[in-house]
Amino acid sequence: MSDESHNYLNARKGLWSWLSTTDHKRIGIMYAIACGAFFLLGGILATFVRTELGEPGETILGQDQYNQVFTLHGVVMVFLVIIPAIPGILGNFVLPLQIGAKDVAFPRLNLASWYLFMAGAIMAVCGWLFVGRVDTGWTFYTPYSSGASNAVLWLTSAVFIAGFASIFTGLNFIVTVHKMRAPGMTWNRLPLFTWAIYATGIVQVLATPVIGITMVLLFLEKLLQIGIFDPALGGDPVLFQHFFWFYSHPAVYIMILPAMGIISDLMGTFSRQHVSGYTFIALSSVAIAFLGFLVWGHHMFVAGQSALSSIIFSMLTFLIGIPTGIKVFNWVATMYKGSVWLRTPMIYALMFLFLFTIGGLTGIMVGVLAVDVHLHDTYFVVAHFHYVMMGGALIGLIGGLHYWWPKMTGRMYNETAGVIAAILVFIGFNLTFFTQFFLGTKGMPRRYHDYSEFLEIYPEFAVLNLASTIGSYILGVGLVMILVYALYSLFRGPKATANPWGACTLEWTHTGPVPDEHNFHDTPLVTRGPYDYHLADDVFGKKTES
Amino acid sequence: MNQQNSIWLPEAASTIAGDVDALFYFILVTSVIFFVGVVSTMVFFAWRFRRRSPDDRPKPVYENKLVEASWIVIPSILVAVVFVWGFRLFLEIGIAPPNSYEVNVTARKWSWSFAYPNGVISTDLHVPVNRPIKLRMSSEDVIHSFFVPAFRIKADVLQGRYSYVWFEATRQDTFLVACTEYCGTSHSNMYARVITHSQDDFENWLVENLPDDSLTPAQRGEILYTQQGCIGCHSLDGTVAAGPSFLGLAGSTRNFADGTSAVADDNYLRTSIVNPALQIVEGYLNVMPGQYAVTMSSEEIDALVAFINEQ
Repeated sequence: MSDESHNYLNARKGLWSWLSTTDHKRIGIMYAIACGAFFLLGGILATFVRTELGEPGETILGQDQYNQVFTLHGVVMVFLVIIPAIPGILGNFVLPLQIGAKDVAFPRLNLASWYLFMAGAIMAVCGWLFVGRVDTGWTFYTPYSSGASNAVLWLTSAVFIAGFASIFTGLNFIVTVHKMRAPGMTWNRLPLFTWAIYATGIVQVLATPVIGITMVLLFLEKLLQIGIFDPALGGDPVLFQHFFWFYSHPAVYIMILPAMGIISDLMGTFSRQHVSGYTFIALSSVAIAFLGFLVWGHHMFVAGQSALSSIIFSMLTFLIGIPTGIKVFNWVATMYKGSVWLRTPMIYALMFLFLFTIGGLTGIMVGVLAVDVHLHDTYFVVAHFHYVMMGGALIGLIGGLHYWWPKMTGRMYNETAGVIAAILVFIGFNLTFFTQFFLGTKGMPRRYHDYSEFLEIYPEFAVLNLASTIGSYILGVGLVMILVYALYSLFRGPKATANPWGACTLEWTHTGPVPDEHNFHDTPLVTRGPYDYHLADDVFGKKTES
Repeated sequence: MNQQNSIWLPEAASTIAGDVDALFYFILVTSVIFFVGVVSTMVFFAWRFRRRSPDDRPKPVYENKLVEASWIVIPSILVAVVFVWGFRLFLEIGIAPPNSYEVNVTARKWSWSFAYPNGVISTDLHVPVNRPIKLRMSSEDVIHSFFVPAFRIKADVLQGRYSYVWFEATRQDTFLVACTEYCGTSHSNMYARVITHSQDDFENWLVENLPDDSLTPAQRGEILYTQQGCIGCHSLDGTVAAGPSFLGLAGSTRNFADGTSAVADDNYLRTSIVNPALQIVEGYLNVMPGQYAVTMSSEEIDALVAFINEQ
């Protein structure tokens, strides 16, 4: 094919051609490089945290250093990796291709979002180096944060700016999906990844302004002593938590919905089977996007809110939990009478089902009021949200990157290396975080620099913490291995074909091995659903099997 | 204090703990059944329907209404059960019986103090067993959280607002109290103990610990040293914590972060207590709370200075 010589990667040359590009695919790649670097940073910080906790007492970090390190770990992972990564990398790269569009609706706004994200990100990291090390935790709770050093203002400003990147991205995708679908691409032919990114866009646009407003209020509180949060000035000490979680709980869906979209596409492609419950999965993503705004109070069951509020929030939480559970059943059912091909992306999809189910079930546990009183702010919660955020969102991202890697780079990675790394990640992850469930139910609080005091009651804390630390190293080795074979594949990997997985969505069926700068030579005409493998004679050749 | 029987929960030692544990185990067992079901089905399908030829093109399978209905209805019923069970128990945990014995709790960076109706103030919580205890809690600075794993109780402690928690201990023993809301440098070292006594022993303890007028100022200072929480950051044996040790502090030359220095005389000690941010000793952070000028009387400050002078 002639695509070899002319594609989006080599259409223009030089650094400036990247920094000034409005091509959604190139912007996706730029997000990938940025988020990859921040993931590496966040991961290194995580190993510092785990190393400190590997043995009782102080080992490598003092109390204040430890508090600063887990704060930066949280800020980097949440605001600079998990929130932007899937929409920024895969949403940008894949979504316009999946719906048969030449680009997103607002290409310049798309580039602006990357610059804003980088501005916020660089501010956050440089603030740590040159302004001051914030130790408030990524949640910035007042009055601790309003009494902390002014460096906290620098960091919250960074979060404020990065937030606009998220709003721009979400807005762009909503408009793109509404207005730029190819002929025949009806709403019920949208791939589920696109549905998920669309639902995510709604949350990004509606929720992100709230974190911006909250950060501005914190700014005003701290600089001008207005008394919004400070009870001594007539403020409310819990108000900040309401504002914060009014964004940050929907943000959980900004993180997990896109991963659910990836899993849907992976289950379909690698089972070569109609995705079970397509309509349910598509619409429940949108329903979850809205319901997600009504559950923030479940972070505050012991914070002194009224019992009635807690009961309502608990009930709404379960309302979200049920469709999420049904999605898991649907993904499993997709394999039924399919043709399951266990390649690396599919291994990550199955790993997602394993880990995310644990994350979801432990979410039910902490959603139950009386049980949450005991488990709140312990390592049980730490383990729970890592199963959802990493075991769910990031494992979904890694699976998606393996899936779309040939399309993004034109190269294949080494399948054996991929499988070995996936096994390391799986073992390391579970060793790191499953042990923390035991620590948490026994009562080890989160954000603890030391647990020596517990050892006289529970001597097993030492071995559990050590196991968790060893697990984090195994996980780290697995992740670094992915980085190594990915870089190797960029230069030495075998050339990919246009549709190596036998997928039926437009990004595989209507583009060359590496897409053209303008995506499609001709506007695609869509005549079947995204998972109608039985109708895809264009992919598999004319043949009907009984 | 050294017991363990389950890999999951600590041994229960309050009247409500057994009920919480029963709910916990119900959810745990149900979750394990679901999890094993999902994962074994997943593994079975992945094996049973594995790809046999690259040309496999299975017939499309569409949803079975009965199966779909079952996996909507069954989980919904189960979460409805745990929701109702959970909130009824939550109300029980939240409402103290009317005959509760009340203790006031003050949290501050990074210590607890417990004040009794007769004026006794203690850094550990001494209570009688088999009697409901209601804690009225507030914070002097940031948000803390009062957590006794063995009792399955927890509540945030706020500045400028009371929060309450109650429990009835079922055993004479010593239990750990931990702070579970992140509160800065020594968050992970903000412990207290709950020590449960028989009713008689508790009453004796209350009388024995009444403030004594015959104490010397330094002896009063020693009590204040724990009551006011100095102990959280200032050791007596030279150990460096968030603040300098009191050992040999009085009379020594202090080097400050701004390059100046001074001898630690009585006035220096007094100023450091009431206005800690004024001069920061080299190597330390400006983290000491500034409220002692308000919360301590001048006699108490004198007593504390006398105590520090003796170290």
